[in-house]
Amino acid sequence: MHPILFAVILVSAIGLIAGLGLAIASAVMAVPVDEKTERIRACLPGANCGACGFSGCDGYAQALSEGKTTNTSLCSPGGAEAAQEIAQITGLAVSASVPMTAVVRCCGAHQNAKNKLEYVGIESCRMAVQVFGGPKECAFGCVGFGDCVAECPFDAITLCDGVARIHPDRCHACRRCVAVCPKHLIDVVPKNQGIPAVLCRNQEKGALTRKQCTAGCIGCMKCAKGCETGAVSVVNFCAHIDPSLCTGCGKCVENCPVHCIHIQGGKAVLTIEE
Amino acid sequence: MKYYIAILLTAILTENFVLSKFLGICPFLGVSKKLKTAVGMSAAVIFVMAMATAVTYPINKFLLVRNNLEYLQTIVFILVIAALVQLVEIVLKRYIPALYNALGIYLPLITTNCAVLGVVLLNVEKASADAAFGFAASMFNSIGAGLGFMLAMVMFAGVRSKLEHANVPKFMQGLPITLVAASLVSVSFLGFGGVIENIFG
Repeated sequence: MHPILFAVILVSAIGLIAGLGLAIASAVMAVPVDEKTERIRACLPGANCGACGFSGCDGYAQALSEGKTTNTSLCSPGGAEAAQEIAQITGLAVSASVPMTAVVRCCGAHQNAKNKLEYVGIESCRMAVQVFGGPKECAFGCVGFGDCVAECPFDAITLCDGVARIHPDRCHACRRCVAVCPKHLIDVVPKNQGIPAVLCRNQEKGALTRKQCTAGCIGCMKCAKGCETGAVSVVNFCAHIDPSLCTGCGKCVENCPVHCIHIQGGKAVLTIEE
Repeated sequence: MKYYIAILLTAILTENFVLSKFLGICPFLGVSKKLKTAVGMSAAVIFVMAMATAVTYPINKFLLVRNNLEYLQTIVFILVIAALVQLVEIVLKRYIPALYNALGIYLPLITTNCAVLGVVLLNVEKASADAAFGFAASMFNSIGAGLGFMLAMVMFAGVRSKLEHANVPKFMQGLPITLVAASLVSVSFLGFGGVIENIFG
């Protein structure tokens, strides 16, 4: 036989034997995968955002099928739909799932908030706050370099006039932005319930807040006095709204002299209109 | 017995695969940051080196050499080692899940590691030069090479953990200082030159 032909046949034969061996081995020694895990995994969106508290979608699916958790509504990106499907597969009761959205508690856009310094450096909130706590006079305000924008896996955050704004339709409440904001400005609130949110965290006295930002909460108590159900309280010169007591009457929004209380879908400051 | 111990020690000290033959530098720099990962990777390398030698030795002797096809050694060995590592992975996953989880990502990583291919090719080379260098000697040589790899990895993991706390000039931080440290560790192994010959004669 021709020596090259023999070499070709030999190498092909070794490759063929190795390939067949591997194919047989993988079939014979296949590790049984839990079918339930696979099916639950198929219901999850696969964003691997970690909002459920497990290591990605695979981790949550495994925990559900092994009974480590009985909560079917931990997946915020999947929402009620995924919870329903998971409940069908696992036979667990559907846990109540309120759609949530993140909200940035700051109205300090360029026209409202004064700057104390001009920051020139790496365009990152976490870097900018190292320099005297950020470029804005207000120590509580949005730094505006968009660390949350870069972190968001759903493209739900944009920068509007130097303040991050969250689009509730795109937000899946995965809380990645909550963790990344150096000013801890982002909260997760119920989505589209008509409950107003105070978009300010400034805890300075009113007069000082006024000097720093024209849209900052001055702690004037007008919202708290006007509230019929006692849902609004002012702590440390900054208003807070308890969503469980709020009826969504909107009086606090009308009463606020600095317009820092907003209802989702109301004024364009809380969220961006499509 | 003396002959085999000499082979083992030679492979570990004087002919250390990483530090004097410069094979397997990629995992040496890549996974030597922590002692735990370094040991895990080394264990996988020892295991695969021994397995690869056990499989490729008969293939070389009874298939390639007999048919004057020595020039095919490299490609056939790559093929066989890759298939072997895959097979080992399947078997471990099925029967020893604990070991499979411990080796983790390192097992597929060394499928085409040059150190594994290197030890197999060097065994063949040594066997053709020395008639006494048979199957047992090849096995001792490859296990020694694996142990030498582990020694280098563990030592270098120690060096790197010291480097973490050292005040390194900015331009040398990261890979540059790691490479300098690696070269110094390598130079230190030159000191073993001649030790084996003098002990075993």
